[in-house]
Amino acid sequence: MDAFLQLTVSGLSTGMIYALAAVGFVVIYKASDVINFAQGDLLLFGTYLIFFGIVQLGLPWTLGVLLTLVLAAGLGLLVERTVLRPLVGEPIISMIMVTIGLSSVLRALANALWGAQPRTFPSFLPSGEVRIGTAVVGADRLIAIPLALVLLGALALFFRRSRDGVAMRAIADDQLAALSMGISIPRVFAVAWALAAVTAAVGGMMLGSIVGVSQSVAVVGLRVFPVVILGGLDSIGGAVLGGAIIGLLEVYTGAYIGHGLNLIVPYILLIVVLMIRPYGLFGKEIIERV
Amino acid sequence: MSMECGVYHTTYEADTGLRRLPAERIRLGIFILAVVIFPFFASSYWLNIANQIAIATVGAIGLNILVGYTGQISLGQGAFMAVGAYAAGLFTLRLGLPWGLSIALACIVTAAVGTFFGIPSLRLKGLYLAIATLAAQEIVQWLVTHWPALTGGTEALVVPAPRAFGIRLNTDFAFYWLAAALAGGTALFTANLFRSRAGRAFVAIRDQDVAASVIGVNVFRYKLLAFATSSFFVGLAGAMIAFYRNIITWERFTLETSIIYLAMIIVGGLGTIRGSLFGAALITLLPALITNVGRSLQGSAPALAAQLPNVQQAAFGLVIILFLIFEPEGLSKLWRNVKDYFHVWPFAYRRGDGGR
Repeated sequence: MDAFLQLTVSGLSTGMIYALAAVGFVVIYKASDVINFAQGDLLLFGTYLIFFGIVQLGLPWTLGVLLTLVLAAGLGLLVERTVLRPLVGEPIISMIMVTIGLSSVLRALANALWGAQPRTFPSFLPSGEVRIGTAVVGADRLIAIPLALVLLGALALFFRRSRDGVAMRAIADDQLAALSMGISIPRVFAVAWALAAVTAAVGGMMLGSIVGVSQSVAVVGLRVFPVVILGGLDSIGGAVLGGAIIGLLEVYTGAYIGHGLNLIVPYILLIVVLMIRPYGLFGKEIIERV
Repeated sequence: MSMECGVYHTTYEADTGLRRLPAERIRLGIFILAVVIFPFFASSYWLNIANQIAIATVGAIGLNILVGYTGQISLGQGAFMAVGAYAAGLFTLRLGLPWGLSIALACIVTAAVGTFFGIPSLRLKGLYLAIATLAAQEIVQWLVTHWPALTGGTEALVVPAPRAFGIRLNTDFAFYWLAAALAGGTALFTANLFRSRAGRAFVAIRDQDVAASVIGVNVFRYKLLAFATSSFFVGLAGAMIAFYRNIITWERFTLETSIIYLAMIIVGGLGTIRGSLFGAALITLLPALITNVGRSLQGSAPALAAQLPNVQQAAFGLVIILFLIFEPEGLSKLWRNVKDYFHVWPFAYRRGDGGR
């Protein structure tokens, strides 16, 4: 039972980080129909930027986090303006390939700036262990769960209440109608990318704090696909639930079945979901069938 | 001498021919001649690159049949190449089959596997299909690394070099002829495929699948056929790698491989055979050229030379992005622009549609 509890906390914390990466993906997809294969690299930049702020500049961690968020938002805006804007309205394959190219450039940039060897930085999440009953759980993992949930809640509130959030939903609903109501589509796309970069950076900071700073953080980007397909491509709540399910599934298979099966279990689930319910748990049921 | 202002065919045979214009036939002749004399002048370094390009061309044409001509996005190229390579290696090693038969069987096995993973395409399209093939890539890769009894797992599989006419094809020079012949055969088959009923059906599905089914194309059947044909050649490329490198490791067939091949057909031009060749050549040459530049900088700017892998990766990404933004139809469109320019040279006006 202790092991089970430990696994659950570990799976949920990983799942919440997946959810943070996935929410960014969903925001971009909702606003502009772009499939972002560079989401993992945005995560990677989050990890490296906090390392840059806290270790290389020697800032206190509050300032470091703030700097990371600002720089990440800037990166998102820059990418949208230079790479994605010229391709609005191009076929899906172009969109997929351009974000793949982007991912390659971003990774090379991170590598050139910070080198390939793994680094660590003083964790800003509380370290040490927490006892729940008889189980021992890492405090950083435990705190990551509510932290992520609060952020995701704030994001949901942004979509409900703020002007940009409503504009984004309007565009997702009907681009032409939104345009005729005076909503600036380029502005919304830019906000979407900035938001995606910021949520990914938060995920990256947590991941960096838990597992350390290295290139392997970018691998999480590929885990985003099972998560968003399971939850529904255009649903934030779906991304959270999908992240939790995939995170738990991974640790449970790793612990109880083994054989490295935890590496592909998300993809097997993905194929099953695609065949049975391609719009996921909460997605809109307007998927195009052949 | 009269100025050519157009070619008018007076028979159906001439109009539906593989190479319709005299100029095309001359260019093809020159190209084949160049391919034949190239190995006698090239160093083994360039022969190695030529072999890589030939293999990549086969793989790129295979992928182009699926992505460029039929419009089904696949991120599973690496997995299908792995199937081809491992099948060819295992047929030779375990069953002791001659290499030619191994390659043929490997192609057929890959076609079968490709068709299996093509089944989701009956229900999914666009990005959903792309994500499904991404899953296929990860699952096949996992099978290869976690089934040591069959594939040797993460250990390398050593394949003997093929023999022909009493010569072991283990040098770049000897293998070049095999690679060039297979690449040429693939190009010829594909060019003819798209003059046939099946090929036209593929293109119809790409352009508008609903309209295609209305005019009587069996969309399900032809989609699966496209997956089978495409994977057949992708498997061939994989088998060629097995016999060229004589060593098969799973690292050669990751998602990165899928991405590299997609980049080739994007940069070369979707839905053209010429583009597959151009793209394969550019994407193969790019890292090699950057390495050469880096070597020459080793003495003067060692700090810059140390960044070489990063420069290669960034250049790869930049090439994709720049082509998509500035020339989405790729190198094959650039080539057409050049041809159009010289078509009526020295006059300034151009032909309307740019011919084929």
